[in-house]
Amino acid sequence: MTLELSCVLAERDVDLAFDVAAGETLAVLGPNGSGKSTALAVVAGLVAPDAGRVVLEGRVLTDNGAGRPGAFVPPHDRRTALLGQEPLLFPHLDALENVAFGPRSAGVPRSAARRRAQQWLDEVGVGDLSRRRPAQLSGGEAQRVAVARALAAEPALLLLDEPMAALDVAVLPALRQTLRRVLAGRSAVLVTHDPLDALLLADRVVVLTDGRVVEQGSTGTVLSRPRSPFAARLAGLNLVSGVWRQGGVETADGLRVVGQVEGDPPSPGEAAIATFRPSAVAVFRTPGEGSPRNSFEVTISEVEPLADLIRVHAGRLHADVTIQAAGALELATGLQVTFSVKATEVSVYSR
Amino acid sequence: MTPADRGRPLTAARPLDLPRWMYVPASVGAAFVLLPLAAILAKVDWTHFGSLITSEDSQAAFWLSLKTSTASTLLCLAFGVPMALVLARRDFPGLSVLRSLVLLPLVLPPVVGGLALLYTFGRRGLLGGALDVIGVQVAFSTIAVVMAQTFVAMPFLVVSVEGALRTAGQRYEVVAASLGAGPTTVFRRITLPLVLPGLVSGAVLSFARSLGEFGATITFAGSLRGRTRTLPLEIYLQRETDPDAAVALALVLVVVAVLVIAFARPGRGAL
Repeated sequence: MTLELSCVLAERDVDLAFDVAAGETLAVLGPNGSGKSTALAVVAGLVAPDAGRVVLEGRVLTDNGAGRPGAFVPPHDRRTALLGQEPLLFPHLDALENVAFGPRSAGVPRSAARRRAQQWLDEVGVGDLSRRRPAQLSGGEAQRVAVARALAAEPALLLLDEPMAALDVAVLPALRQTLRRVLAGRSAVLVTHDPLDALLLADRVVVLTDGRVVEQGSTGTVLSRPRSPFAARLAGLNLVSGVWRQGGVETADGLRVVGQVEGDPPSPGEAAIATFRPSAVAVFRTPGEGSPRNSFEVTISEVEPLADLIRVHAGRLHADVTIQAAGALELATGLQVTFSVKATEVSVYSR
Repeated sequence: MTPADRGRPLTAARPLDLPRWMYVPASVGAAFVLLPLAAILAKVDWTHFGSLITSEDSQAAFWLSLKTSTASTLLCLAFGVPMALVLARRDFPGLSVLRSLVLLPLVLPPVVGGLALLYTFGRRGLLGGALDVIGVQVAFSTIAVVMAQTFVAMPFLVVSVEGALRTAGQRYEVVAASLGAGPTTVFRRITLPLVLPGLVSGAVLSFARSLGEFGATITFAGSLRGRTRTLPLEIYLQRETDPDAAVALALVLVVVAVLVIAFARPGRGAL
């Protein structure tokens, strides 16, 4: 294991733990305020937890709390390079000197540090901008230089805090490819809210909600079989969680969903989850129409236009209908309708 | 769009009109500042100007002022920058009280500052006795001039640098630390360059304040020709015996002040 993290911060209501294997990129997903950035700050040594333990490559960086030794290694001695939303290039240094900063701080002679910096700038595709000042770089270029700077410091663990959140969408695909290349085989923690980042860059995903780990697993599993509402939203799926009774998932408020069981069937009374795509949901004005297997009487809470569809929200359930259908049904907020979904379109699995 | 453009506020092509009456007090205020300067220029005895400012007494006072002001500016930098860092970057109980006390010389009448120094470092002062034992007598020496100037000028540097530190924030320092830079490297390669404009304008202001220092100097250091009689003291004394020399030396100080303002303007960070 490269990184072992566990931390409790009472004031921020955070109590979580996760590991990163050697050479693995772990994506940390979760809504705002779920503790993602706090976890990174604890690893980087910018925040001391009330109780917690951070071990990186066998070296104890933080170990405090009741009965613990109270160890705390300062940020500069942790070998955890941080890359945030903003590039934060040092404004008084050109791109090359920015990238050479890490090696220089580690005692590498000036000319060797510059050579290494140039190699990293080439690696991330901005080798020709080495003599530019940060103010002369575009947002995407500056973030590439920041990536090179973080990598040139040769960190044991790279910490990426939504590195693409503040960039123009036009530069995202190319930067994502670059990150995919440089992160391969490198230990990294990537905080993101973009499922595409998780899918393309991460080997594994941890989902946080309210300061707790609610779900973790390989990226593919988490996005195809989400167990938390947040992961389901990311994956664009409806998620109904309840308990397994008589071949269906029953929720606390009386909903019953049947579908195709994936993997081992849950045992009766066990927590289970049903997911289905919004496009698999048909919407009717009158109850009782369509497939008898799954139909829910709901009240529309919001009607949202998507690219060429209308997404109908009814509390936690969503249906995608064509614009024509939405018009014919005169769908509007507050209207009582029936959502209907065929059992063959529903995946059911134990929690 | 470059990143530098992004934060720029929208500016109207033509500024909005000011109320017309505003120009009246504004002009009176400007005249109040500029007229006395013009009066000095009008009073200067240009035919003897050269000999007046190159007299032995004038020369001695001028070089003494330059030397002591330079020394006190260096002392302000050596102690003021660390003070500004502690005030801007640390948080401990009593910090705000400490800040107010440290900046007190900004508002304290200089003559009171001089008295305070005298009762600290003077022969019968708090530390004076101890200094006397090891054979050091500070009061009424050139060292006392430098101390008086440092005392009154330091707050200018601290305020200026602390403001620059707070504006710069800690984000770059955090990044530098995460790249493996220890506290001293961060200070040398990131913090200092980032606050350099504030540092320069603070140093220039401190120098100007030292150069003009009068009250604390005459109280703590006296007015010994060649040892403690700086330019402002010389001007004050000459005013009685040789008004033309006083005016000529005053003009020299005005010119220095104008140069200082011109030099400090690009880095108008904090004050």
